[in-house]
Amino acid sequence: MREVAIVAAGMTRFGELWGASLRDLFVEAAQEALTAAGTDHLDAIYVGNMSAGQFVGQEHLGPLMADHLGMAGVPSVRVESACASGGVALRTAFLEVACGVSDLVLAAGVEKMNDGADVTAILATASDQETEVYHGATFPGLYALIARAHMAAHGTTEEDLAWVSVKNHRHGALNERAQFQRELTTDQVLSSALVSEPLRLLHCSPVSDGAAAVLVCPLDQASKYTDHPVVIRGTAMATASLALTDRRDMAFLDSVAASGVRAFEMAGIGPEQVDVAEVHDCFSIAEICCIEALGLAPLGEGRHCARTGETALGGRIPVNTSGGLKSKGHPVGATGIAQAVELFEQLTGASGNRQVPGAEFGLAQNMGGTGASSVVHIFQAV
Amino acid sequence: MAGIAGYGAFIPRRRITTEEIARQWGKDPGTIQRGLLLKEKSVPGFDEDTITISVAAGRAALARAGVSPSRVGAVYIGSESHPYAVKPSGTVVAEALGIGPEVHVADFEFACKAGTEAMFVALALVESGRVDYALAVGADTSQGAPDDALEYSASAGGAAFLFGRDDPLVEVVDTISFTTDTPDFWRREGEFYPRHGGRFTGEPAYFKHVTEATTRILDKTGLKPEDFRFVVFHMPNGKFPLSVGKSLGFTREQIGPGWVVPTMGNTYSGSSPTGLAAVLDVADPDDLILITSFGSGAGSDSFVLRATGLLPQRRGLAPSVRSMLDGPRRYVTYGEYAKYREKIIVND
Amino acid sequence: MPSPRYWREIPSRYRLEATRCGDCGHVSYPPRRICPECRSTAAETIELSHEGRVLTYTVVHVPPDDFLMEAPYALAVVETPEGARMMVQVADCDPASVETGMLVALEFRLIRREGKGGILCYGYKAVPAYPMGGEEEAELRSKELEVAHA
Repeated sequence: MREVAIVAAGMTRFGELWGASLRDLFVEAAQEALTAAGTDHLDAIYVGNMSAGQFVGQEHLGPLMADHLGMAGVPSVRVESACASGGVALRTAFLEVACGVSDLVLAAGVEKMNDGADVTAILATASDQETEVYHGATFPGLYALIARAHMAAHGTTEEDLAWVSVKNHRHGALNERAQFQRELTTDQVLSSALVSEPLRLLHCSPVSDGAAAVLVCPLDQASKYTDHPVVIRGTAMATASLALTDRRDMAFLDSVAASGVRAFEMAGIGPEQVDVAEVHDCFSIAEICCIEALGLAPLGEGRHCARTGETALGGRIPVNTSGGLKSKGHPVGATGIAQAVELFEQLTGASGNRQVPGAEFGLAQNMGGTGASSVVHIFQAV
Repeated sequence: MAGIAGYGAFIPRRRITTEEIARQWGKDPGTIQRGLLLKEKSVPGFDEDTITISVAAGRAALARAGVSPSRVGAVYIGSESHPYAVKPSGTVVAEALGIGPEVHVADFEFACKAGTEAMFVALALVESGRVDYALAVGADTSQGAPDDALEYSASAGGAAFLFGRDDPLVEVVDTISFTTDTPDFWRREGEFYPRHGGRFTGEPAYFKHVTEATTRILDKTGLKPEDFRFVVFHMPNGKFPLSVGKSLGFTREQIGPGWVVPTMGNTYSGSSPTGLAAVLDVADPDDLILITSFGSGAGSDSFVLRATGLLPQRRGLAPSVRSMLDGPRRYVTYGEYAKYREKIIVND
Repeated sequence: MPSPRYWREIPSRYRLEATRCGDCGHVSYPPRRICPECRSTAAETIELSHEGRVLTYTVVHVPPDDFLMEAPYALAVVETPEGARMMVQVADCDPASVETGMLVALEFRLIRREGKGGILCYGYKAVPAYPMGGEEEAELRSKELEVAHA
């Protein structure tokens, strides 16, 4: 297997982007990456997208996006794993380059959520339609069940959850691509409207439009495109039962733990060596569960990390310096790639006032549904 | 002798008081309560309908009978608020109870007496030997128009009776049906609320048919009012059953235990069947029981029943009517009531 | 909800049919062709008890369109004595009164309607257990369920 590097990145703003269509968003992000790399040629394209079919009635995104990028003819396929679609697109691109079949692959994610579709119902298709959604479960509802189980097992409080949102907004306020660029207080979070107890509006990531893109190539060809590549040292994916009721432990994300272990093994490092991480905080409770499952915080202790500053910029292990899904936004299929973009910038010293000084190893963890799928990538600065 | 091998009832747990409804329309609650002898009525949730009520009552009937669902050869649901206009309630009820697929299913409609109608047919089928057991249910979630007299009484609930030949809990001594074409109360296809002929629903409708059916069955069986321990009449409000009972020569003591309407309301096809279930909850072996229903349109079914020694042994296997009437329940405001009864226009 | 998709699930939705693995005993609800624990295909169909206890719950305030008029409603993961788990609403109580560990009965209810003209979809909901015998009965029942779970 060849060593694989990210050599360029591109990303739109995330937010309610009325003037941009699904294809506009994709092209903007992808073109930025291509321009940065100084190339107008690709061997393959992987489009990460959860639900364009339901959001805007559009399937067959592979050829559509290749075409609009001016690259009709290039092999191009959409990959899907609900909210982990972006991470899976990156993984697939990595594998195609690592095995020697392709030398330059675009991994891009895009989602257009604000064109008037029933977002709650569409997001719920990532959970079990027959046993969960049938009975009135919503996505926030399912994470609320996880939150309550976590509270019962570890004493996590609503305030612990609020601190995750506060920390991520503090980071997002520094990110000009973020959907929300303002700070929050715990009071504001705890007095926001109830969505599904105990989760409130400000515990939940928003509905967003956006796209992100990275170019991957063999490490020994990276100098054609950039002086500052970032190596992908580990990539791993794991699944878990789709329905929450079938999980071994509703307060623990097995898929996140397994994908983490496999990625660390491949990269040859442990959690303590990670300098900066982007983790899937679709709801505040998710960040707590994910850092515990990845071993970035001990089980039961994850709830303190945002409040104490351990996972804030300047702390022991800065998590979601981009602002996370909460503040940066969560155009579902784009998120996994956006995480890679943030880490690419961190590991090439290009994060400006969000820079983690001397960051060498970065970890991106991208999750689908209520943790039925999880993809982890480990990056290393060159 | 054929009879009732098992019985059950179900009353939804929400209530609205007569007072709350009266307040909504600027009427004096005291006058309404005294006039109709109604205190409160049951209110179904969005998740309750004739089918769900029938399943609950049917399950209780099977439990008391101790009979395997596979032995039930017929399922009849009598209601004037079947959830579908076309597609039987009975098929859902049968599948939910594990009955069938070799089973005869039919839905019955005859305003408030669709339940006893189903009982009549279930009994006859068992007596003929065509099936071993037949389940008859009377259940409703009927509507009363806003600011109409019926809004105080139209409620939700039902009772189920499993008829069989061997070892019944209650023997059926005789039955009779009295029917004429009398347009006292009706609902045209597509209309949301029923309509009625005001005072015409009294003497020429309710009183005439209940009196005729009861008188004829007493004649036929050679029995007199004082021979009975209990009597149950259809209960459109609190007053009518007391009035007709008195005129027929029955006492308050005989009418009392089955007179569930003051706190239940009028469950239409479930009305006299639930009253009967309440009586079976307390009857002693060899007690004679008379039930006469009334359905607008119009007609009455009358049954003379005798409790057996098995009744006290098996009735503890499912909840009693009183436990549902007096047990845990939640009171709703008129606004909540209007929401549950879909009287509020929503954006589709 | 297209009719075939609804109709196929009737045995599990109407009668709580589940499968017990013939090899390892794991109970799956709804039924599974392959045991999620040991991958065996030796499955026995069973009907679950109409009771259980709440393992975790939430109260949904922002519902999907289909459940608009019913919010807020409690949604819980309930475990039956057979060890099967299901996600159900908790009805006939103040949502705020739902607690982890609460005993519930399972009752047949109308779960959803397909708009004004579509099919009606039935299933089970949990209701707080009101034992017929009173407090002592509740205690006894609670112990029975604990033993069954052990």
